[in-house]
Amino acid sequence: MAVPVAFFAVFFAYPVAAIVGRGLKADGVWQFGRFGEVLARPEIRDVLWFTLWQALASTALTLLIALPGAYVFARFDFPGKQVLRAVVTVPFVLPTVVVGTAFLALLGRGGLLDDLWGVRLDTTVWAILLAHVFFNYAVVVRTVGGLWAQLDPRQEEAARVLGASRFTAWRRVTLPALAPAVAAAALMVFLFTFTSFGVVQILGGPGFSTLEVEIYRQTAQLLALPTAAVLTLVQFAAVGAILTVHAWTVRRRERALKLVDPAQTARRPSGAGQWALLGGVLVSVLLLILLPLAVLVERSLGGSGLAYYRALTSADANSGTFLVAPIEAIGNSLRYALVATLIALVVGGLAAAALTRRAGRLVRGFDALLMLPLGVSAVTVGFGFLITLDKPPLDLRTSWILVPLAQALVGVPFVVRTMLPVLRAVDARLREAAAVLGASPLRAWREVDFPLVRRALLVAAGFAFAVSLGEFGATVFIARPDNPTLPVAVARLLGRSGELNYGQAMALSTILMLVCAVSLLLLERIRTDRSGEF
Amino acid sequence: MLTLESATVRFGDRAALDGVDLEVADHEIVCVLGPSGSGKSTLLRLVAGLQEADGGRVLLDGTDQDGIPVHQRGLGLMFQDHQLFPHRDVGANVAFGLRMHGAGRGEQDRRVAELLDLVGLPGAERRAVAALSGGEQQRVALARALAPSPRLLMLDEPLGQLDRSLRERLVVELRALFGRLGTTVLAVTHDQGEAFALADRVVVMREGRVAQVGTPLEVWQRPASAFVARFLGFDNVVEATVEGEAADTDWGEVPVPAGSPQGACDLLVRPAGVRIGGPDKGLRCVVGARTFRGSHVAVTLHPERGPVLDAECSLRGTPEEGERVGVTFDASETVVLPALF
Repeated sequence: MAVPVAFFAVFFAYPVAAIVGRGLKADGVWQFGRFGEVLARPEIRDVLWFTLWQALASTALTLLIALPGAYVFARFDFPGKQVLRAVVTVPFVLPTVVVGTAFLALLGRGGLLDDLWGVRLDTTVWAILLAHVFFNYAVVVRTVGGLWAQLDPRQEEAARVLGASRFTAWRRVTLPALAPAVAAAALMVFLFTFTSFGVVQILGGPGFSTLEVEIYRQTAQLLALPTAAVLTLVQFAAVGAILTVHAWTVRRRERALKLVDPAQTARRPSGAGQWALLGGVLVSVLLLILLPLAVLVERSLGGSGLAYYRALTSADANSGTFLVAPIEAIGNSLRYALVATLIALVVGGLAAAALTRRAGRLVRGFDALLMLPLGVSAVTVGFGFLITLDKPPLDLRTSWILVPLAQALVGVPFVVRTMLPVLRAVDARLREAAAVLGASPLRAWREVDFPLVRRALLVAAGFAFAVSLGEFGATVFIARPDNPTLPVAVARLLGRSGELNYGQAMALSTILMLVCAVSLLLLERIRTDRSGEF
Repeated sequence: MLTLESATVRFGDRAALDGVDLEVADHEIVCVLGPSGSGKSTLLRLVAGLQEADGGRVLLDGTDQDGIPVHQRGLGLMFQDHQLFPHRDVGANVAFGLRMHGAGRGEQDRRVAELLDLVGLPGAERRAVAALSGGEQQRVALARALAPSPRLLMLDEPLGQLDRSLRERLVVELRALFGRLGTTVLAVTHDQGEAFALADRVVVMREGRVAQVGTPLEVWQRPASAFVARFLGFDNVVEATVEGEAADTDWGEVPVPAGSPQGACDLLVRPAGVRIGGPDKGLRCVVGARTFRGSHVAVTLHPERGPVLDAECSLRGTPEEGERVGVTFDASETVVLPALF
């Protein structure tokens, strides 16, 4: 417990507090009046309003499109289901920068729709909403579908026999059982879209800005720290509220439901209606998830084969955008992500172990606290690192470890979420059985707990790796110019004009996508339980 | 082998074990019998070292076990739901205890094969635990517990989750197996049939205390209290006052065996001791539900006074439902129970 707490205190609470303090203090006096000042400004109000309604709209749209998908994945058996399940999960671990780039390639200037019909959506809110659906489809399919697959269909049958119509049975029996999972998924989607940064940064243009983008703009471009601090706190409060509600729904979900093996509940679809539903879901997956990824790959190949990829290998071809060849970003990213994964596993693993062993209000609070990095402005964390970790005893400004540390912060919640259910599920009596057979406590842990948890540990590592790989908001501040990571390099390329830069951004995004997809597909092979929380 | 001296375990205010004395001799099979919540599982956990004692002593071969950790006690425990290790195959499950005791590879393989043979699953080493049926899991759990040759084997509801016919067959197999191996066994169960079929000696428990100890036959013939009688499935128990060879009860006068203790007591009349005759003689009753039990019929009688009576009739002599009959009692099938406890 001590290690995770210390980690969060030093690398999360301290930097965030420091930067908020710097923004809100003048001559050692807290200036709370700045709240009123900042929040009264019309452009800030616009940002708040936009952040809220786009998050609500994204959540509603995601549920609308993904709930039928959750049903299909839960209750239908069809060839290629496993692969498709992995495919729809790919977007979730994709870096936001790649998602933004993919949609730019689909909907933007010179994008596929532009080529075909002259339609451009990149300056409209639709591009953002669709990208958010793309990104969060898997959250709903996994959280809701995972539970749905384990609900015993015989409960509905019992209701039917008692005289309920098919719809009434669903509404009275299945829906109440699913409701907490739907609520939890919706809250997660809301959280991710409310704090959306990379996607909006790339697709939003000057017209649309979420809180997180505005914090970045105020911090990095306008150097208006007071405004950024106020916005950070506003976002902090909002995220805290969302997480509180989320923790509550998760706890409600834990109430006893009669769960069965998912393999028993899936049937081949029968009848025109079910085939149509399956078809509809497959088409929506194709259009929404596969198409953007395919277009991204297509654009990266451009008209000239591998030219863009070749250009990535030299620093000179980029006329000063980089100090090094962009291709080196791959090595940097992998190195950072590996270290970040290690840190996240140690910190998250210890936290999960502590949470398993203890119970009570305090521990639940800590549980919720671990989720905070998911929602607190990564930009603030990144900038906070720069201003706090620059003096002894913790002078890390010039150290490469700074980047993995920031990335690990985002990885820890995933590790905890993945490990916790598995650790909690290890039956204490298995340990007792081992003890009676002559195993000392340490031996019992090694022989019983470790093998059971190993898979979850691998899955957690994969998630942490993918998330670290794609981390953008904090890394963009602290990655040094001669050591860019993949997302940072992509963003930098997109920031320049010219076809070569654009093509190289597509090419780098493709590489990043492939790395993430491969790590995820490896995970899907070892993943056993499908009721994870993401 | 095993001695408990006024062993006590408390959960909060409630005593799960309340001053229990128990003795298990070498090669003896002792069954602890009691309803759920009577403290029988706690008893096993206490002996295994999975539960701290709040008072009293646990001795194995005369050595106080206080402070000796679970894994050094050299016992075998078969859990109620088996607790096989899901990530290991059958062979590795059985070999686990041998491995913990540092047995060599060859020794392990030999012993595992021997034990799987013994429990009727030869060649099952490579099978996955999840693919086993309930009965097979039970056998593997038994093999795993027996593998390190524990000095005392403890079984917690060993056959609890199996269906009736399998249970009846296995209990006979188990007794034969333990007899052959000379294993000392302490088992707990809530099923009297299982306990009587398996045990040399039965310990009936109630609310953390020992209610009766004896051979199955002794306990069955002379239940020590109304509680034990009811737990064994006898419901014809009434308060009575014994004078000479007759007891005064709600059912009227009931004959008792010669030499029964005198005064206030509880009286048990076994169903076989309830004689049904014509309505003009004895206690008048109306015939209620009848249940066919294979060789006989169990009949519920509603007497004109006193509680409901259970009777046993031959298939031929069973009265019709609703018929009025007269009941007399057979002294040899009545038992005088101490009034208290």
